[in-house]
Amino acid sequence: MSQARVPAWVTVALLPAINVLLAFLVSALLFIYIDISPIDAAKVMWQGAFGYAEGIGYTLYYTTGFIFTGLAVAVAFHAGLFNIGGEGQAYIGGLGVGLVCLTLGEFAPWYIVFPVAIVVGGVFGAAWAFIPAYLQAKRGSHIVITTIMFNFIAASLMAYLLVEVLKPENTMATESRVFAVGSWLPKMHEFFALFGYEMSASPLNLSFFFALVCCVFVWLFIWHTRWGYEIRSVGSNPSAATYAGIKYVRIVCLTMLVSGMLAGFFALNVLQGELHQIKLNFVEGFGFTGIAVALMGRNHPIGVLLASLLFGFLYQGGAELSFEYGVDRNIVVVLQGLVILFCGALEHMLRPSIENTYLKLFAKTNEEAA
Amino acid sequence: MKKLVTTLSAVALAVSSFAALAAAKPAVVYDTAGKFDKSFNEAVFRNGVEVFNKDKGVQVREFEPQNEAQREQGLRRLASRGFTPIVAVGFNFASAVEKVAAEFPDTQFTIIDMVVDKPNVQSIVFQEHEGSFLVGALAAKTSKTATVGFVGGMDIPLIRKFACGYEQGAKFANPDIKYIQNMTGSTPSAFADPAKGSELAKSQFSQGADIIYAAAGGTGLGVYQAAKDAGNYAIGVDSNQNFVQPGTMLTSMVKRVGVAAYGTWEEGMNGEWQPGIKVLGLKENAVDWALDEHNASLISEDMKAYVEGLKADIIAGKISVHDYMSDNTCNF
Repeated sequence: MSQARVPAWVTVALLPAINVLLAFLVSALLFIYIDISPIDAAKVMWQGAFGYAEGIGYTLYYTTGFIFTGLAVAVAFHAGLFNIGGEGQAYIGGLGVGLVCLTLGEFAPWYIVFPVAIVVGGVFGAAWAFIPAYLQAKRGSHIVITTIMFNFIAASLMAYLLVEVLKPENTMATESRVFAVGSWLPKMHEFFALFGYEMSASPLNLSFFFALVCCVFVWLFIWHTRWGYEIRSVGSNPSAATYAGIKYVRIVCLTMLVSGMLAGFFALNVLQGELHQIKLNFVEGFGFTGIAVALMGRNHPIGVLLASLLFGFLYQGGAELSFEYGVDRNIVVVLQGLVILFCGALEHMLRPSIENTYLKLFAKTNEEAA
Repeated sequence: MKKLVTTLSAVALAVSSFAALAAAKPAVVYDTAGKFDKSFNEAVFRNGVEVFNKDKGVQVREFEPQNEAQREQGLRRLASRGFTPIVAVGFNFASAVEKVAAEFPDTQFTIIDMVVDKPNVQSIVFQEHEGSFLVGALAAKTSKTATVGFVGGMDIPLIRKFACGYEQGAKFANPDIKYIQNMTGSTPSAFADPAKGSELAKSQFSQGADIIYAAAGGTGLGVYQAAKDAGNYAIGVDSNQNFVQPGTMLTSMVKRVGVAAYGTWEEGMNGEWQPGIKVLGLKENAVDWALDEHNASLISEDMKAYVEGLKADIIAGKISVHDYMSDNTCNF
């Protein structure tokens, strides 16, 4: 009853903001416990993430990665599918991107390689998501289980390929050969230097723009196409959707293909943009954190963008924190965990009380107005 | 923005030129495994960083990268703050050191276990084959079944180097010895799989081996346990692991990475730091076999004299141990 009278901005903006604040308050207690002033720590994190050009570059570099994996999870959520396989889909997408850079990249410049890498990386990621999708739609194998298992299969497959096929002979590290320089995606600072604008060097590269394009694409796709409508229908009630003539199997497969494709794009930022070679385990948990990003972002592209920025801040600010204070790097993981806990798992803890408070405070004015 | 960048770079420049005049500011960047990995990185921390902090009263600045991008970031941040020499732990740092060393030509970088050819990089590599030769000879002399085993971690040239030295030592001491070798796997997880280590050890015992040398990181712990259960011997690696299973551990092939890191910081402090390749072996006391109270009862005086004699011969150049990595074969 009260739900109807609370304006949207309370649920969309106020509630997440209070949750994040609460997570930071609990983190502050942690910092007091390890003898670090929480205010100083917050300053260091803020300065490190947004205070200077290189730091901003790193923050946005991480943000780019989170946008891709966050969007992947968000799209699947709209059809009621919990895609935990972002990690594996991004990994296999990386195989696609890497193979394009290793072959086509040898003789073509980046602006030709990039679109091809987008297509192939997307197709590889989508293909990896397709099998669990098909099994879910046709056989009812639960997608949470199958996508998780496909993460392991992806890890084993990539380990095999890197060790047996892609690794150059004389190296000990499990990584492919370095891509030809011409195929590297220009870094932001290189790109802006062309227009006479100087920036500090950082891993931030052009794929950031592509991530923003993907946000717009997801918004259009989910809310302004027939497929999007069908996906949302299946998400809210599969039986009703089927009864209304929506083909369940087709929609589940379509959703997961798009989801896998977005996860596959992750590799553009990391491989073609920064590492310039396929490395073992290059996804490094970004696929899993994408779930938290989608949860926090309420599965909306703008929310995902903001949540990605928050996690980018936590990653870069956290690195800065462990750099400045020499604190155990796991403290940073605890910090991220608290944010996920309060924004994801405990999301509904404060909802009733905040809504009631809001109504108490503003009900009066409403009555007066009436 | 432009103004901010200029100010920052001016500050960075001021800091670095100041640092060049002031005392050395040593730093270390660990591998992504973290500094408490109970193996390689921890050896740098325990025997390098902690000791250096205590001896010199100079804090070594540490950084543990959490992901690939932070390897470079960590090196660059340390360099721009004027830290030097900066030690990068492990062969995974090769490309990051190469890049950052080019950006900071006045900063001294030291990389362990890998060679990076830059005018401001010192590469420290170890003669693991020499130490492995000694423990191989000791194993062959001790074995009652004339069969010795080797369990490696990840199948990479570095581990084959250990294996090759060990095999040579064993065959030197007893030309008729039977030598069994297994690698645990082909990914980094092969260094952290005690269950598989124990399995491989049991299989080697069933083939007649009664001493196994494990060059396999955490996987080795499974090998030692299996050796203890079967009443056989095992040989430890990297750190002195004699204490792990006293009475079972015949000896350990120690590789003193911490001491090497300590050395490079000390050189930096005294202004004696030199770029180039630093090869550390028996002669420099950087690899060795371990004899302490935990295995003293297993090593007779004759045996000790024999191994020490071999060590002296290798140092003097009378015995030359083939290095697997020189030609990627183990033909000796």
